Amino acid sequence: MFDGSLNGKLTASGELRWGRHLTFRPDKLGVAIALLAVYGALSPFATMRANRIVRGESLGMLSALPTWAGWLLAFTVLGAASVALSRSPAVARFLAAALALAMLIVCVGLSGTFLAPADNAYARISPASGFWLLLFTFSLLATDSITRMRPSPVLRLVYLATAVGLVYLTLVSGIWDGLSVMKEYSARADVFWTEASRHLALALGSLFAAMLAGLPLGVLCERVPALRAGVLNTLNLIQTIPSIALFGILIGPLGWVAVNVPGASAIGIRGIGMAPAFVALFLYSLLPVVANTVAGLNGVPGATREAARGIGMTSAQRLFRVELPLALPVILTGIRIVLVQNIGLATIAALIGGGGFGTFVFQGLGQTATDLVLLGALPTVALAFVSAVILDALIEMNRTVAVNKRAA
Amino acid sequence: MIEIESVSKLYDGRPVVDDVSMVVEPRSIAVIVGTSGSGKTTLLRMINRLVEGDAGAIRLDGADNRSIAGYELRRRIGYAIQGHGLFPHKTVADNIATVPTLLGWDRPRVNDKVRELLSLFQLDPDVFGTRYPHELSGGEQQRVGVARALAAEPNVLLMDEPFGALDPIIRAKAQEDLLAIQKHFSTTIILVTHDMEEAFRLADKIAVMDGGRLLQYGRPDELIRQPATPFVEALIGASERPFRILSLKTVGEAVEPGGADGPPLPEQTSQKDALAQMMWTGRHAMPVVTAEGNPIGRVTLDGLMKRAEA
Repeated sequence: MFDGSLNGKLTASGELRWGRHLTFRPDKLGVAIALLAVYGALSPFATMRANRIVRGESLGMLSALPTWAGWLLAFTVLGAASVALSRSPAVARFLAAALALAMLIVCVGLSGTFLAPADNAYARISPASGFWLLLFTFSLLATDSITRMRPSPVLRLVYLATAVGLVYLTLVSGIWDGLSVMKEYSARADVFWTEASRHLALALGSLFAAMLAGLPLGVLCERVPALRAGVLNTLNLIQTIPSIALFGILIGPLGWVAVNVPGASAIGIRGIGMAPAFVALFLYSLLPVVANTVAGLNGVPGATREAARGIGMTSAQRLFRVELPLALPVILTGIRIVLVQNIGLATIAALIGGGGFGTFVFQGLGQTATDLVLLGALPTVALAFVSAVILDALIEMNRTVAVNKRAA
Repeated sequence: MIEIESVSKLYDGRPVVDDVSMVVEPRSIAVIVGTSGSGKTTLLRMINRLVEGDAGAIRLDGADNRSIAGYELRRRIGYAIQGHGLFPHKTVADNIATVPTLLGWDRPRVNDKVRELLSLFQLDPDVFGTRYPHELSGGEQQRVGVARALAAEPNVLLMDEPFGALDPIIRAKAQEDLLAIQKHFSTTIILVTHDMEEAFRLADKIAVMDGGRLLQYGRPDELIRQPATPFVEALIGASERPFRILSLKTVGEAVEPGGADGPPLPEQTSQKDALAQMMWTGRHAMPVVTAEGNPIGRVTLDGLMKRAEA
């Protein structure tokens, strides 16, 4: 790649010319990745603290790991960065990213055991900014190289399942057990899974409810133009209410309902807790579902509607056999927005006693225990990422239809 | 037989179809022509009740078209439109199978019908059946659109500018195919167009509409020789009249005894084409032969010109 000649010069086209024949043209994203990787490698790799809340000591890659592992990681990171920098084939870029990520995952676990002092059971070792930066950098390289390989939607789901499987293996293998996030987890293992199921119930349940209400409402808005502006404007207005405010606003009416409607409190309706969180997420979900249903149905070509009616389809047959299938990719896009948004917003539900991963985030903030915050934040990010990939694949599987629509 | 009796349609109190009466004979092609806004499409859509009339009645083979539900009526009447309106998310075979499936035909019968229609429209069922509409050319899409309209073996086929989006060469072929299909199934066809060439080519009878009113309804030669109003005359085009008359008849009908030099004309050639060939080659007569190539006489320039007189 690099010729021995040192009189490299920048040409008009922005290429660095080395020597007479060799031309080095860096990959655009690769430049960013290489810079981030170098910066990440020089930043602190792990933090060691005497206990879980005090300020700790930041350690670089070479001091946080056994000598051999430190150098191995450093060379892997630089090697992968140079693969990213050159215009290498997508497969090579992917392998470089995968190798770097695997090394990072193993090494950060290793630093947990390497740094743990024998005499202090309260000492905490956690990944520091350098680790997170490198993790982000090589995840970026991995997703970019996967995109360049243009995998089919099914293949993307296979990649996702593999990644999830590898993360699971890492967690059960115990190599991370020395890290403080895992210590926080093992101290709360049973609560963690309760909150996880609550988080999912809030995010998915409110999405499901929004689909039940929003799809028919969207169809109705598309059929009755007089209704459309009013409904969409109202939903838009709800969307602009800050989430914490909306949770607060709902405490009043739901508290009143719990007291005055017979049976309401028996099914769990209270001013605080899951009920207001569920209702708020439901309200936020309505706009994307309704607006995308309307937009999707509007996109059905006029000639197709006319033909469907002209050959004798009833109103219901037209809706279910022609209009909704053609609108599906757009509707799914709305559902993707809602799902990712809900998984994030459900974190706030913990503020009003709604549970979910937010519980750990707010407890952690209260105790200034960063690792506890991470215990809530990391699974939330992972969930949102996984759902986005799954829904993107679903949308693309249905997109064939949309392509037909545009071409026809 | 389609009997249209004093039908009217008002939009905002303004008539778009105004007291129109006409009868379309079974197994014939009626073409409705007129400028845009003349009410021709509305009249067509009143037959299968995509538009409900405000006055009058339409009877199909004696039965009022309001005696059954609109969607049931439409399943019995073929309907093809400009831009074909194929379902983009369904294969060609599924598109054609739509109405038979709605009518509850069993699967083998539906499949047989799809194959039959595709073959009839010169589309190989094994190649085209599994394709999606966007994978077809404009001409192929249009043929599939007509095939879908004919799938449930309707007696009546309504067509709204079906060839409007096709280029001239494909359009001529599509018109020829339509005539062949019409003979094959003995379908009664009502077709709306603003293309007079197309009207004269296809029609047994032409209806001229303007401002919602039916100005004249008659055989093409009647329209040319006795236009009912100046509008009809203008629509046909005064300078086109002699050629339109000649385009309606074949040289077989103008054969005179005797022989002539030059390349022979098949008897199915239109008189207009024969005249054009004589003018172009500077001949005064040309021999005429049967489809098998047996000479049956000649056509002359004088003879054709006499036939073109009013």
